[in-house]
Amino acid sequence: MRNWLARPASETQVSHGQRLWLYLLSGLIMIWLVAPTLIVVPMSFSDSQYLEFPPQHWSTRWYQHYFGSEEWMSATATSLSAAFLTMLLATPLGVLAAYGLHAARLPAGRLVFALLITPMMVPLILIAIGAFYVYVKLQILYTLFGVVLAHSLLALPLVLIVTAAGLKSYDMNQEMAARSLGASRARAFLTVTLPQIRFSVITAALLAFLTSFDEVVVAMFISGGDNSTLTRNMFNALRDQIDPTIASISTIMILITSALMVLAQVFGKQRENP
Amino acid sequence: MSAGASAVAEADNSAGLRRDQLRERLALFGLCSPALLIVLVILVIPVGWLFYLSFLGADGSFSLENYARMVQRKSYLRIFETTFVVSIATTAICILIGYPFAYFLSQLPRRAANLCLITVLLPFWTSLLVRTYAWLVLLQKRGLINEWAIDLGLWEEPLKFVHNMTGTLIGMVHIMLPFLVLPLYSSMSAIDRNLMKAAANLGASPSRAFWTTFFPLSLPGLFAGSLIVFVLCLGFFVTPAVLGGGRVIMVSMKIASNIELFVNWGAASALGVVLLAMTAAILWLAARFLKLEQLGGGH
Repeated sequence: MRNWLARPASETQVSHGQRLWLYLLSGLIMIWLVAPTLIVVPMSFSDSQYLEFPPQHWSTRWYQHYFGSEEWMSATATSLSAAFLTMLLATPLGVLAAYGLHAARLPAGRLVFALLITPMMVPLILIAIGAFYVYVKLQILYTLFGVVLAHSLLALPLVLIVTAAGLKSYDMNQEMAARSLGASRARAFLTVTLPQIRFSVITAALLAFLTSFDEVVVAMFISGGDNSTLTRNMFNALRDQIDPTIASISTIMILITSALMVLAQVFGKQRENP
Repeated sequence: MSAGASAVAEADNSAGLRRDQLRERLALFGLCSPALLIVLVILVIPVGWLFYLSFLGADGSFSLENYARMVQRKSYLRIFETTFVVSIATTAICILIGYPFAYFLSQLPRRAANLCLITVLLPFWTSLLVRTYAWLVLLQKRGLINEWAIDLGLWEEPLKFVHNMTGTLIGMVHIMLPFLVLPLYSSMSAIDRNLMKAAANLGASPSRAFWTTFFPLSLPGLFAGSLIVFVLCLGFFVTPAVLGGGRVIMVSMKIASNIELFVNWGAASALGVVLLAMTAAILWLAARFLKLEQLGGGH
């Protein structure tokens, strides 16, 4: 231990001992980053009305309450279908746009790219009230279709960026070869290009799903009634009272999100070493 | 066929090919149109309409009253002040704890760094709402922190951490830190370590080598990360709304209440336009340091 403390840790011969403060601080930061979220998990299995940690008695009553509540179940169904449909809409649109921009190589491409990723930069609240207004006019307020459309707008930039990155490392000459052998452009794309950028596309699709599933602000304005999303209901519940049911929903959300992100990472890695 | 005729045919041919190529490129370009349509209908047109509305007075004629109100009314000035205070404080705290942390990560061997990065990515992936809820649970009056501290005898009465500025800042820093650490770490790990060796070899003390060699090279990453954090803070809604408990009112919350409670589209739009203008100005600044794609940083 003492040896380790005295050993140089950097190129400038600063020892581990002198860097101890940095290690301590970083350790604390890492705990601070992870602990709050993880603490919700055991709390959701508490038997108590109040949130306590560690719980004195374990039970699944809050899960039963969640699965037994028609309102929560309907909101969960809305969120899952909205996320799934957003994935189905945003992924092909984003992939098409990324491919079009990549293959066309027009000077205006950069401008269009910038325009297509603006949804990521405009404050969400503006998108929310803007969509609210348009939806009133189009009479699609509080519909699943409206939620899917708005969430697709938010997911498009991610799909575009991830797919564009995948295309960058793909050799377009392979497509040329397919076409010189008589394949149409569409066929060459579907049978040669798409299979090779599939990991980017899958990652993009997962991100699109998550974007919709996690989104709060826009959903607050444009989802409602029978088509309220899970996040909208959670947000409203948080404002009123701290119901332990939220802890059980949070746990389920953590599970879904981390599972999808791990998948996305796995597919992302495969892209790097084909 | 004479040589002249074949040259003419070739010229015709190449002009035709060029025309074909242009047509094909335009067709490919057309693949963007469905995506553009969505951006147009749900983003560009509504925001343009909000812009128009912000210049309409209560009587429906052109007026600057919505903007004038922001400067004249104390309550609006306070909202802008709160927004800036929260954003600046969050960014400053993120820099203060994020810089040493990113430095720590950049000094680790790659495998260990990847392992530690999981602690940055895990909260990054977790729903914002879930994390805000977690802080609410930890910080409330009968929450874990208060109960543990009282059990340990650190303080006797429960402290108010939540439904005020403190809670808002704790929650915001927790959510924003990854946006600073990730770009900062990637710029730090790209710095050539031999430079530090060279500095030491030339007689610089460790701290001098750090401040004159490493620190300046890490500045672009720090700057970009801070701008992203600042811009995200400006438009933030969920965390201050839940952890601020109505005491911390930021621009985005005022926009929401203008619509939900007062149905005052003019006032909400004007605030939105100002918020958008500030965001655009800062992003424009950031774009000079970063590639466009990296800016969103999003999930």
